[in-house]
Amino acid sequence: MSIGDYSTEKLLRLYRQMLMVREFELRAINERRAGLIPGFIHSCVGQEATAVGACAALEPADVITSTHRGHGHLVAKGGEPKYMMAELAARTTGYCGGKGGSLHMTDFSLGILGANGIVAGGIPIAVGAALAFQQKKDGRVALSFFGDGATNEGAFHEALNLAGLWKLPVIFFCENNLYGEGTPQAKQAPVADLAIRASSYAMPGVTVDGNDVLAVYEATKAAADRARAGGGPTLVEGKTYRYRGHYEGDPMVYRSKAEMDEWKGRDPIVAFRTRLLSEAGLPEAEVAATELAVQSALDEAVAFAAASPKPAPETALAGVYGEISGGLVF
Amino acid sequence: MRTITYSQAIYETMREEMARDPHVILIGEDVGIFGGVWGVSGDLVKLYGEDRVRDTPISETAIIGAALGAAMMGLRPIAEIMFGDFLPVAGDQLVNQLAKARYMSGGKANVPVTVRITTGAPGSAAAQHSQSPEGWYMNVPGLKIAVPATPADAAGLLRTAIRGEDPVLFFEHKMLYALKGEVSDDPDFAVPFGQAAVRREGRDVTLIAIGGMLPKALEAAETLGVEGIEVEVVDPRTLVPLDKETILTSVRKTSRVIIAHEAHKRLGPGAEIAALIAEEAIGYLDGPIVRVAARNVPLPYSPELESYVLPQTQDIIEAARGLVRYRL
Repeated sequence: MSIGDYSTEKLLRLYRQMLMVREFELRAINERRAGLIPGFIHSCVGQEATAVGACAALEPADVITSTHRGHGHLVAKGGEPKYMMAELAARTTGYCGGKGGSLHMTDFSLGILGANGIVAGGIPIAVGAALAFQQKKDGRVALSFFGDGATNEGAFHEALNLAGLWKLPVIFFCENNLYGEGTPQAKQAPVADLAIRASSYAMPGVTVDGNDVLAVYEATKAAADRARAGGGPTLVEGKTYRYRGHYEGDPMVYRSKAEMDEWKGRDPIVAFRTRLLSEAGLPEAEVAATELAVQSALDEAVAFAAASPKPAPETALAGVYGEISGGLVF
Repeated sequence: MRTITYSQAIYETMREEMARDPHVILIGEDVGIFGGVWGVSGDLVKLYGEDRVRDTPISETAIIGAALGAAMMGLRPIAEIMFGDFLPVAGDQLVNQLAKARYMSGGKANVPVTVRITTGAPGSAAAQHSQSPEGWYMNVPGLKIAVPATPADAAGLLRTAIRGEDPVLFFEHKMLYALKGEVSDDPDFAVPFGQAAVRREGRDVTLIAIGGMLPKALEAAETLGVEGIEVEVVDPRTLVPLDKETILTSVRKTSRVIIAHEAHKRLGPGAEIAALIAEEAIGYLDGPIVRVAARNVPLPYSPELESYVLPQTQDIIEAARGLVRYRL
């Protein structure tokens, strides 16, 4: 497909979501410094195109599992910035009522089965969701996001093996940002393209430019169509780059300024904006209006979070189990 | 009522629950055509097909993770882990995912997963096929832990687990599979979690016996009764939740406590129960809280070594004799 094959509405939605992901992260980083957010943040600044392109290929009833670097996935699957910001601020109005924070944001109504604090932790869960979809024959698809580092975990291999074996409707989406925490991929894996790992599990593996939102969308859409048609799983690898540290405060001694500058020259949002204006012929005013709308939604999100109540301490004891019998020791 | 084995009770309960609810599935290693290496799943694959009774690869992480994801999407999976010793292979999925999914999502995830696990020493199975890991998981909020010791409880607790909304680790003691007992014919027969059973009443010593130690505890109580020591045998049935009240009521009556389990003594379930009794009923005690448990070494292969390490009926008898003679 060329950019001209996409509707203006769809292109603007992709742009808006990518911008929302980036600006959400920058606001969250600021609010953490300002004291509104108590926990740590693993930002996905620079990786907006993988989250947005992949989720654009899914239906609302499809589900995702996410990662420690998951804010972008949530926004892209329809997460509300104000409930996300409230969760980061540990307020009762947040996605998990303040019990989860950045690493565990969940909204089943949007098909968000949870971010995850454990590298590769969400991959087997997505396979289980796909098992339920296959069992119910309801045509839904599960997509699991994970990073390059996760592909060295046993859970990744067990999950792909089971999904390949049972031809489950699942997409394994590897956001390869070239670093597992502070160690480059070349020191973590003996292969350059991680998509090659699909070949052991009898599924296609494709590597795309993870900074090109349309390339990500098209590869994921093909995988989703295959999965829905009973063709089984696909491993999609999007090569991208995170601009900030593994976590906020990471001194980033493990990579050079030259490398970072080179990747910033391939910025997914800047590049897409240029294409919107030059190739798709969108008026500058329309693009600018989208940018303003993102900022005002985020103003509202921060204000909502700051005004929301903190949970009463004793509510920490509720919600461990679905069924509680009175007076018993858990 | 009918008299069946513990193994049969588990099989029949799974069969009935699968017939009753199409959302119940069984996944695990060799649960299909093999019928389970312990023979528990039998012909379920013939009755319900390979879609609902799924043989998995030897892949514990994938088994638990898949059960969790399927449960989130509305199924009620039963996952079988062939040996409790293999649970750590699935450590992250059990401890960080399954146990915490509900809480960390702020209550959004519903997690009706029953993990059937064999526990205990079947004899000369050595250090990686003989452990009783129940206590390891008592330290993980979010999991419920069932330790059925009779065929009726195997059926009743399993039904509660399958119909419940929480992850349950259901520990089946290998040496109990052939044990016979009466089981209700009622297809809705269920034993609630958190209700201990007093298996034998007595005024002199409270003997809390967990899982596979129940037959040994009843045997010891019989011998002690002949000597005039009346033992009250309490079977907790579930360790999480734990029926504290039944335990404390018995302790207040007898003033003496022995806790018997096949798990290792150090930080086994008995450590938690002893601490609870110390916290809430220490003033009633006429002697130390005594634990009869496996010695703190890996389970050895040799029958002579193994029986030395494992708690025996005679150990309970001697502990009770010592306790009634104890003077503060």
